Amino acid sequence: MVCPYTWDVPGGVMAHVRDLAEALIADGHHVSVLAPAADDAPLPYYVTSAGRAVPVPYNGSVARLAFGFLSAGRVRKWLREGRFDVLHVHEPAVPSVGLLAVWAARGPIVGTFHASYQRSRVVAVTAPVLQTALEKITGRIAVSEAARKTLVEHIGGDAVLIPNGVTVGRYAEAEPLPGWGPDGGVIGFLGRMDEPRKGLPVLLEAFTLLAPERPGLRLLVAGPGDAEEVLGKVPPALRDRVGVLGMVSEDDKARAYHSVDVFCAPNTHGESFGIVLAEAMAAGATVLASDIPAFRKVLGEGQAGALFTTGDAASLAREAAALLDAPERRAKLSDEARVAVRQYDWSTVARDVVRVYETVTATAAGGVQEERGGAVL
Amino acid sequence: MNAMTVSLLVGAVIVLATVYISWRAGRLDRMHIRLETARAALDAALISRAAVCMELAASRVLDPATSLVLATATHEARTAGPEEREHAESDLSRTIRAVMDQDRFRERLAETPGGATLMADLDTAVTKVIYSRRFYNNAAEVTRYHQRRWLARTLRLAGHTDPPSYFEIDDAEPASFAQRA
Repeated sequence: MVCPYTWDVPGGVMAHVRDLAEALIADGHHVSVLAPAADDAPLPYYVTSAGRAVPVPYNGSVARLAFGFLSAGRVRKWLREGRFDVLHVHEPAVPSVGLLAVWAARGPIVGTFHASYQRSRVVAVTAPVLQTALEKITGRIAVSEAARKTLVEHIGGDAVLIPNGVTVGRYAEAEPLPGWGPDGGVIGFLGRMDEPRKGLPVLLEAFTLLAPERPGLRLLVAGPGDAEEVLGKVPPALRDRVGVLGMVSEDDKARAYHSVDVFCAPNTHGESFGIVLAEAMAAGATVLASDIPAFRKVLGEGQAGALFTTGDAASLAREAAALLDAPERRAKLSDEARVAVRQYDWSTVARDVVRVYETVTATAAGGVQEERGGAVL
Repeated sequence: MNAMTVSLLVGAVIVLATVYISWRAGRLDRMHIRLETARAALDAALISRAAVCMELAASRVLDPATSLVLATATHEARTAGPEEREHAESDLSRTIRAVMDQDRFRERLAETPGGATLMADLDTAVTKVIYSRRFYNNAAEVTRYHQRRWLARTLRLAGHTDPPSYFEIDDAEPASFAQRA
């Protein structure tokens, strides 16, 4: 498996590669990951360093990528010595070790596309160069509907959809945050506070409706964004009942899910897969979510969590009140959520990835080989 | 410009053109290999799906009516000629959906001896059809595009092969896939 971004800086793609690799290893497969890393960076035993990554501006932000002769040489060496059955490259369109690996290899190659963007000048300019490399990928995976759409529009061709997984065990148990619930009156939210699509304004409005008649009601908000702006949307008298944590660590995130009586996901637009929702379910939180199709599917049409009319604060307030008054229903929804989330566990996701591997290797003899004749365009 | 320079220039152009053309031909050849491999994987996936369906139909864990419906659709899919193949495989997909989406089908099958294994095999087989068909159609699309390009057409770089056809079937997954653990 090849990760294009440097291993010592945490990120979405890197976390995906790590979790997938560990799930596959737990399942008894032999996995080797090639990723850029600093020379002195501590690496897990299954990671091979492809050399140091350099920060370069790429696609509108600064990415830490590895390229050049040294990296190309290490990629070839890794391919030659690994004698893999399948080569799985993440973000093969990113000019880093992933692209180098596709170039240098021949045989069953799987590519996973993560990014989704509206428009990319880089892809447009370098399209012919990329096409030649991407043609060699026999099985293509997209992690979300948005990533798949990006692929179809910018590079062409389709992909199968295999969403990100959640490591359910990581969230199952955690100590609640000090000073918070569950005490029968805490509603929680996690996500970008300044992104209207995540629906925090709807939740704040519902809180303002409910709070005056429920003295024990409190709101716990976590995620990147401006705390002042959030508090500004709540009447001054209620502000001391709203806790804004801002950006939280992985550990505190798990603790936050265990500190609430009702976890609210008020998103107003179709996220193809609510990773936050799945994490909350893994923690056994009672979920109240907007009834967008993706959430209805994850929650089994209300079996594993309550639903309210998307964007409707009054509906949210009504459902939240009903849930807070019914501890038994909350317990039942929590149990159902823990069961329903299992299908999003990494072990399940990894099984689908293995099916892709089996599909591309079904008829290809000889596994992954080094491409002869060097990197001729 | 003397004759020497002209002939050198012409020679250089010919060499470059040859290199470029042979690279393009090699690229198209690679695509054909990928296409054939993908086609073989798709055939393998369809055959193994039919095999699992037959096993399930013959296993006596289903009621006789369900068994018969499934066995018939599987037989149709396996014996269909090239013209009806896509149609028959789509029908099999629809039959599998009707069978698997019966109320509590998963729980009931899991309770029977060997049922859990059959269920897992069927999940895998259905998923692999979806994957291999996508991968094949990807390969077909790329190959078609490159066969149609001017240079490939003029110089017949693809030889006398027909443009690959897409494999279009209904392979939507059963709704009960959401409950697999």
